[in-house]
Amino acid sequence: MVPTNYYVILSAVLFGLGVFAFIFKRNIITIFMSIELMLNAVNLAFVAFSQALGKLDGQVFVLFVIVVAAAEAAVGLGIIILIARNRQTLNVERVNLLKL
Amino acid sequence: MLEYLWIIPLLPLLGSAVNGLFGAKWPNKIVNGVAIGSTGLSFLCAVEAVREFFESGQVLFRKEFFTWIAAGNFRAGFDLQMDQLTVVMVLVVTGVGWLIHIYATGYMAHEGGYYRFFSYLNLFMFFMLILVLAANYVLLFVGWEGVGLASYLLIGFYFLKKSASDAGKKAFIVNRIGDFGFMLGMFLLFRAFRTLDFQTIFTSSTLQGWPVELSGHLGTLTFACLLIFMGACGKSAQLPLYVWLPDAMEGPTPVSALIHAATMVTAGVYVVARSHILFTHAPTAMLVVAIVGCATAFFAATIGLVQTDIKKVLAYSTVSQLGYMFLACGVGAFSAGIFHLMTHAFFKALLFLAAGSVIHAMGGEQDMNRMGGLSKKIRWTYGTMLVATFAITGIPFFAGFFSKDAILFGAFQSQTGGSVLYAFGLLTALLTSFYMFRLIFLTFNGRPRFDEHHVHVHESPWSMLGPLVILAVLSTIGGWFALPAFFQGPDHFANFLAPVFVGHESAEAAGEGAAYQLEMILAGVAVGTALIGLGVAYWLYLKRPEKADGLAKSMKPVYTTLLNKYYVDELYAAVVVKPLLWISANVLWKTADVAGIDGAVNGIASGTTAIGDGVRHTQSGNTRSYAVWVVVGALVVIAVVFFWPFGGKSVLGMVR
Repeated sequence: MVPTNYYVILSAVLFGLGVFAFIFKRNIITIFMSIELMLNAVNLAFVAFSQALGKLDGQVFVLFVIVVAAAEAAVGLGIIILIARNRQTLNVERVNLLKL
Repeated sequence: MLEYLWIIPLLPLLGSAVNGLFGAKWPNKIVNGVAIGSTGLSFLCAVEAVREFFESGQVLFRKEFFTWIAAGNFRAGFDLQMDQLTVVMVLVVTGVGWLIHIYATGYMAHEGGYYRFFSYLNLFMFFMLILVLAANYVLLFVGWEGVGLASYLLIGFYFLKKSASDAGKKAFIVNRIGDFGFMLGMFLLFRAFRTLDFQTIFTSSTLQGWPVELSGHLGTLTFACLLIFMGACGKSAQLPLYVWLPDAMEGPTPVSALIHAATMVTAGVYVVARSHILFTHAPTAMLVVAIVGCATAFFAATIGLVQTDIKKVLAYSTVSQLGYMFLACGVGAFSAGIFHLMTHAFFKALLFLAAGSVIHAMGGEQDMNRMGGLSKKIRWTYGTMLVATFAITGIPFFAGFFSKDAILFGAFQSQTGGSVLYAFGLLTALLTSFYMFRLIFLTFNGRPRFDEHHVHVHESPWSMLGPLVILAVLSTIGGWFALPAFFQGPDHFANFLAPVFVGHESAEAAGEGAAYQLEMILAGVAVGTALIGLGVAYWLYLKRPEKADGLAKSMKPVYTTLLNKYYVDELYAAVVVKPLLWISANVLWKTADVAGIDGAVNGIASGTTAIGDGVRHTQSGNTRSYAVWVVVGALVVIAVVFFWPFGGKSVLGMVR
């Protein structure tokens, strides 16, 4: 039996990587993926605690998160495609028309 | 009428309100009607009230109309009273006031702000009547301050002229200094007697049992009296607070006559006479009153010798005559003081009105050096002014003769310093006679010293001459109350006031034997000095006009000192005004206001701006930088939760 600590630490590391990538990457697709990474890190923590505490609440949450993530991916990718078509770039630094 | 005493002051107040609110669009005639009508009715009401007062056996009438201030045991009400002293004051105020209103309709006919003038004038009448009818110190103080306000408004009537508005402010501020003392005096009286009602204080057992505070023993009453006298000094223009009165001549001449000669400035004398029971318990205060009065009388008379502005001469003469009244009060001859107050109201009002008539005739010229030889052109003015001059200089059987005689007699008989006071009083009489006849000769006699082609000298209309004639008659017969005393009979005026001034009347002794002879001698001496003054003035200004200039040249230091009024204004400017201005400008303005208050306000504002400027950069609109802040925030929360540095309990523990 793997101790819960390990899952939590792995989850924290994955979440940290996601945050790091979200902040420092410029490509929209990469940023999008880092968000997915953070979501799944949280999922992992949910599942781990659910297992440790012997309750199903965590599992239920994870299912919700997966559903929302799927919806988000669908909408997000749609937006990304539109940006790519209109601006011929995927660099977030250059998607700042509203600021000007 | 006696039961409805409040109507007497109310009528002028109504007149003031009506004229002030609606008069702007009315023709002068309606404004006249309201102003003269209200004061005339007030005069008639006063006469009727006095008649009823006589009928009721001449006992003090007093009525409480409503309670104005009630706090604990203290009560200050709208209480009016009528006694012999009030009778004199009310009749003088309404009577002379009415005449001057009539005069003013002629004098002010061509001035702007006609309705405003009469509104203020009526307002003054209201406050003055409150002052003399009040039955307690608090209500008296309302009138006291009110006449100060009216005086300020009327001195600054030509408010576009800087000197006039300055003079108004000066009068108000100097009066405030005196009023400060008056208020402290009231507080002291309240502390001693637990009330400020005249009748309660004057008849209280506390006062009856109060020891007379002899010299060296400075008790509550001495201080209270001195403080009240300080207020009187401000209002009645005594040393050292007289400086505002000469400047007050910036106001229109009827104002000078009514407020700054006949009525308001006598308020101080009235208050001292009203509080005479307190003063007689404090001989030290009495002595101070006598000395200040005597000094002022002499001091102002010397300044009056050399002034060339016809109204300024009369202004200093007023200060001097007020000094006489205080001298009388100070030596205990209160009825003589009030007697002089009354006769002075007649002849000084007449002098000012006649001077106004002269100024009117000369088309606004006030400098006596540019007059002369007017006697033939304005006969009525000349005649009436001559009568007033006879009255003020004490020529026998004119009004001033009797009152001045009574004062000098009282001073001579005074226990403390009588001879010195008498000597200065007599000297002042000499000076008075000199400067008054100087005024007459320079104005009306000799050769004209103005361009007769340009100045069209004309007699004033009858609305102005009428009051002059009436006042001339009063100035002649106004002193005849005391006439029988001259033939060893009773002094009717003193006897009339005797119920008010119970217990200290020196005049009663005048009717008999040695005292009578003494009074006759003193009267003869006084008449002699008056004639000497006349003679000197005649010689210097008619016979040998060149001698006057020569005299001025040979005594140049004295002359310039007098011409510059002893440099008192300059002294006050250097000692009081300049330091105050310096403190105001450098400490209060530049330090406290600009650096302190403005600095704090502006500092907070600019600090906020600076902080905003700095924080603005965090609001970049860049989503990922917000994400950084979210992460930083989350890390801080985690750090606090897990590594709470204070005490044993973590935040997490508190949440649980």
